[in-house]
Amino acid sequence: MSNQSTPLRRFWAEFRENKIAVLALVVVVLMILLALFASVISPQNPYDLANLSLMDSRRPPGFVGSGGYTHILGTDPQGRDLLSAIFYGLQISIQIGLAAGLVSLSIGTALGITAAYVGGRIEALIMRLVDLQLSFPAILLALVIVALLGQGKAQLIGALVAAQYAYFARTAYGAAKAERGKDYIEAALATPLSGRLVVMRHLLPNCTPPLIVVATVQIANSISLEATLSFLGLGLPVTEPSLGMLISNGFPYMMSGRYWISVYPGVALIILIVAINIVGDQVRDQFNPRLRK
Amino acid sequence: MSDPVLSVENLSTHFFTRAGVVKAVDGVSFDLAKGEIMGLVGESGSGKTVTGFSLLGLVDAPGRIVEGSIKLNGTELTTLSQEGLRSRRGREISMIFQDPIATLNPMLTIGQQMKLAIDAHERVSRRAGEARAIELLTQVGIPSASARLRAYPHEFSGGMRQRVAIAIALLHRPAVIVADEPTTALDVSIQAQILFQMRDLAAETGTAMIWISHDLAVVSSLASKLAVMYAGRIVEQGPTATLLRDPRHPYTAGLIASLPATATPGTPLTQIRGTTPSLLSLPPGCPFAPRCDRATDRCNETPQITFHERRGWRCFHPVGQNSGVSA
Amino acid sequence: MLGFIIQRFIQAAGVMAVMSVIVFCGVYAIGNPIDIVIPPEATQEIRAEAIRRLGLDRPLYEQYFIFISNLLQGDLGRSFVYNVPVLGLIGTRLPATLELVLISVLSATFLGVSLGIYAGYRPDSWVSKTIMAVSVLGFSVPSFWVGLILILFFAVNLGWLPAGGRGETVEIWGVAWSFPTLNGLSHIVLPAVNLALFKLAMMIRLARAGTREIMLTDTIKFARAAGLSESTILRRHLLKLISIPIITVFGLELGSTLAFAVVTETIFSWPGVGKLIIDSISVLDRPVMVAYLILVAFLFVTINFVIDLVFALIDPRVRHGVSA
Repeated sequence: MSNQSTPLRRFWAEFRENKIAVLALVVVVLMILLALFASVISPQNPYDLANLSLMDSRRPPGFVGSGGYTHILGTDPQGRDLLSAIFYGLQISIQIGLAAGLVSLSIGTALGITAAYVGGRIEALIMRLVDLQLSFPAILLALVIVALLGQGKAQLIGALVAAQYAYFARTAYGAAKAERGKDYIEAALATPLSGRLVVMRHLLPNCTPPLIVVATVQIANSISLEATLSFLGLGLPVTEPSLGMLISNGFPYMMSGRYWISVYPGVALIILIVAINIVGDQVRDQFNPRLRK
Repeated sequence: MSDPVLSVENLSTHFFTRAGVVKAVDGVSFDLAKGEIMGLVGESGSGKTVTGFSLLGLVDAPGRIVEGSIKLNGTELTTLSQEGLRSRRGREISMIFQDPIATLNPMLTIGQQMKLAIDAHERVSRRAGEARAIELLTQVGIPSASARLRAYPHEFSGGMRQRVAIAIALLHRPAVIVADEPTTALDVSIQAQILFQMRDLAAETGTAMIWISHDLAVVSSLASKLAVMYAGRIVEQGPTATLLRDPRHPYTAGLIASLPATATPGTPLTQIRGTTPSLLSLPPGCPFAPRCDRATDRCNETPQITFHERRGWRCFHPVGQNSGVSA
Repeated sequence: MLGFIIQRFIQAAGVMAVMSVIVFCGVYAIGNPIDIVIPPEATQEIRAEAIRRLGLDRPLYEQYFIFISNLLQGDLGRSFVYNVPVLGLIGTRLPATLELVLISVLSATFLGVSLGIYAGYRPDSWVSKTIMAVSVLGFSVPSFWVGLILILFFAVNLGWLPAGGRGETVEIWGVAWSFPTLNGLSHIVLPAVNLALFKLAMMIRLARAGTREIMLTDTIKFARAAGLSESTILRRHLLKLISIPIITVFGLELGSTLAFAVVTETIFSWPGVGKLIIDSISVLDRPVMVAYLILVAFLFVTINFVIDLVFALIDPRVRHGVSA
């Protein structure tokens, strides 16, 4: 083992050993790129109404449309090219998932660390709230919030954040509390160093590994939850169709054999979520001291 | 001179990890006579615990016994089947562990756990099993044993729990008990109690004992014979009194010198300089050489054991009188 | 032990109270409750009259108290949409949901724990690796998608099982249950599998992790050193030790399964409470929303309470008030 290996490099070396995890990581990166460049690589802009023709709707994969190009994955009820719709849908799904995940991460971590650092009544209050929330199913909470606040990207992200920040709060709290009790923190606090410095340089870095694990899981969850909500018709508005909504659009056609309208967006969704979870699994195993031989 | 109850020859247990092969136990040999108490002393990482596990066939993956022979009551253990080993564990050879809180299942009563241990080897009626359990609990010094059978482990103190573990180990009157640091986790006052209790029990029941410890002082009050381990090998062994009075290996000498009891009050405690080597990167030759004041170029070769009058040591430059007797 | 029960009970009651406040205020305070009851072109007077009649003009806390006192008398209000008592509305549909949830959860737990223990006991066998790989899928794939695939495969392509609805029912104790009939069973299979999948995956992973950890402890080593056979160790030691984390998760998951039933019921047109709530949320039928959420909260709290009691029963340390 080289002495110059930084923790990051060692982490990566061990990560590389699990071929499946590496594959999953590649897939995730690929999908992010697809989503980023959706407008560039899509054969047809599915939301430009000028392009659409109802004559082309509900056609199976391989159909050559009136625009002249082959719809590799078929078309949806409005005549949109499914492949393009999937790219755009990916963009929205990933956007929402990342946004919800990162905001939950910030809010949850801030709450958790504050509770652990300040202690006393505030700690008890925050953690009671978090516990209460953790025991309530995320989907119900998100449903109700979306229902009450109306549909829209910001509202949806808000609902997802409300449903998920508790996981981050609990994880950050646990890690920070464990560290807080250690003697060197007490020693640091006794010095003229500002409390904020202690938090940033000592408590925070210690929480990072478990938070990363939770973050990957929760981003996948956000994507899944958003898709579910959209499927139920309670997610994003029709103007911003995520993968969930595409699937929902195709549901009525499944019985008559036009399966592709739902299945292909679904496959894209599954691949994305499973890949993120596999990466998250590997990261979690690597951070878990008890399983290390 | 009867046959030894346990005879270990050239035992090697290696761990095949991602980082390399760890030779936790590397060519260990010793004999144990009936009723004899032997102390196996060494720092953490010296291989003493793994030796104990090897004797019971309890080495976890990725480790396994790669070489050597273990003869218990004349039977070779290393070639036995899993079932053969299992039938001897608890019956002919037992083990007790360091942390009594972790050893007993908190969700079963003492009585239930003892019954499980009895049933593992014999079919007895419930009444007979209870009677035997009570007998042993009393023997290890637990009062109101019959009422205690229905108690749960958390209702006992640490010292009591360890006594229960000892009782379980003695249930089938094994020929050998391996005790892995049994008193390290206990209060100092309890330590002495358990120590002497075990010595008396061994004498009463004729059970031989291997007492594994990092604490030379604790072991020497109990054991008639000592084996000092370093980096997976036994570097010195012999009768306790002789060893303590007149050690041959520099490591043993260092250990004895660093005991607070041997220090002169007011002077700094002696230490052995340096730290134990990582078993992944052992230097060629004598593993103690980097820390030894007596090391020379000769020590780049691996020293073999020198035997002399029931003692043995691995050193090219042994300490003490009769240093003329070198390898 | 009695003190333990009373303490837990008071905690539960406290949580219920807080939840009811949050739910009620949350639902009624945001937006305009009256909007779905009256047509948009209604005059101001009709609007004001409707608001007064429904008690929506009173201050929020007063509304809350009225609601609670009604609740304690068994009246959960009337649906804005159907104009029938909410209690009855929920009551007719609850058994369907309960049936679905119970069958899913029980089968998922038994199967999941068994598979998980095997995977943890022999982690390197190819059977274990397959189990774990499949469990990742069960974990990640959104349940509505699984439902779709199930319908596509078993109902549309193979035609073995029906695609939705509840089958024939049989009345037991005055309530309609569908599992006793073969037709009813055929209808329950797909939605139950759909609902169970996530929980199954979770149980497998939990049991596996727990098994791996427990098998490395000194307790197991000591048992082996005493000569206990592997099967005895698994039966008498492992099962007992693993029951605590399993039961904890079982309780938590019971509640979340109830929540996810809303998706499954929607896909399979299962006439349960879940479908009711989705419809109610879409139209903002607030009394139904509040009643449902309070019901769910109540179930949660009750489940947690029962789980705590079960812990006290199986873990002697909890009974004697010792920290584990």
